Amino acid sequence: MVPLNHFLLLSGLLFAIGTAGVFLRRNLITVLLSIEIMLNAVNLTFVAVGRFHGTVDGQIITFFVMTVAAAEAAVGLAIVIALFRHRESLSPDAFTSLKW
Amino acid sequence: METFAFYVFAAIAVIASLLVVAQRNPMYSVMLLITSFGALAGLYVLLDAPFTAVTQIIIYAGAIMVLFLFVVMLLNVPREEPLPSAIAGMLGPSGMRLGAVLSVLLAAEVLWALSRIAPGSFAPEHAESVSSVANIGRMLFTQHAFAFEVTSVLILVAMVGAVVLARKEH
Repeated sequence: MVPLNHFLLLSGLLFAIGTAGVFLRRNLITVLLSIEIMLNAVNLTFVAVGRFHGTVDGQIITFFVMTVAAAEAAVGLAIVIALFRHRESLSPDAFTSLKW
Repeated sequence: METFAFYVFAAIAVIASLLVVAQRNPMYSVMLLITSFGALAGLYVLLDAPFTAVTQIIIYAGAIMVLFLFVVMLLNVPREEPLPSAIAGMLGPSGMRLGAVLSVLLAAEVLWALSRIAPGSFAPEHAESVSSVANIGRMLFTQHAFAFEVTSVLILVAMVGAVVLARKEH
């Protein structure tokens, strides 16, 4: 059996990659994809810790995270489409009208 | 054997995720993310979680990524536009550098925190596998029934929201 720490390290690494994507990219679709990477890293942690505790709670919360991720992707992409219609651009720098 | 499979799947997941972030073309990013999700499904199988592995493939790689792919094709913006030179001169490279430093810092912090976990604190190896699909279903419809029902309301709200947001204004 692979030790728990390996799974935690892997998911920490994936979460950091997702964070880097959110910080570094200037394309709204790629930013949403990076958020999906982060959600998956958290899912991996839930399942791994649940497995090592001997309960199914980790898998159940992963189920709910997946549902919320699906809702998030649908609404987020709808917002991206609306923004693109408005400005013909996907760069976050194009949407600064509310910025003080 | 199990350890070998773990390292193979972990390497695929990490490399594919890195390429998702490094890729200029969102089309390739989506494809690579599907690869990464497939590797994660393999890891779930290693963790005795076949139900989660299958939902990962069906919901994530199947449904959510197809939605992304659909939007990428609909909007048809193959690559990122370069920064306007005024902003690029002012914050471009240093702004990028700040983001890179922040994410490396996060990774270092996570690694530091994990290195402090005592190896025996979770009592691994003794826990036996309990995750049959029947078990998950029983828990989901008894102990977590309320959350399950609320989820359906959430999906309904998301559906209405997506339709309203993406509708063309007349």
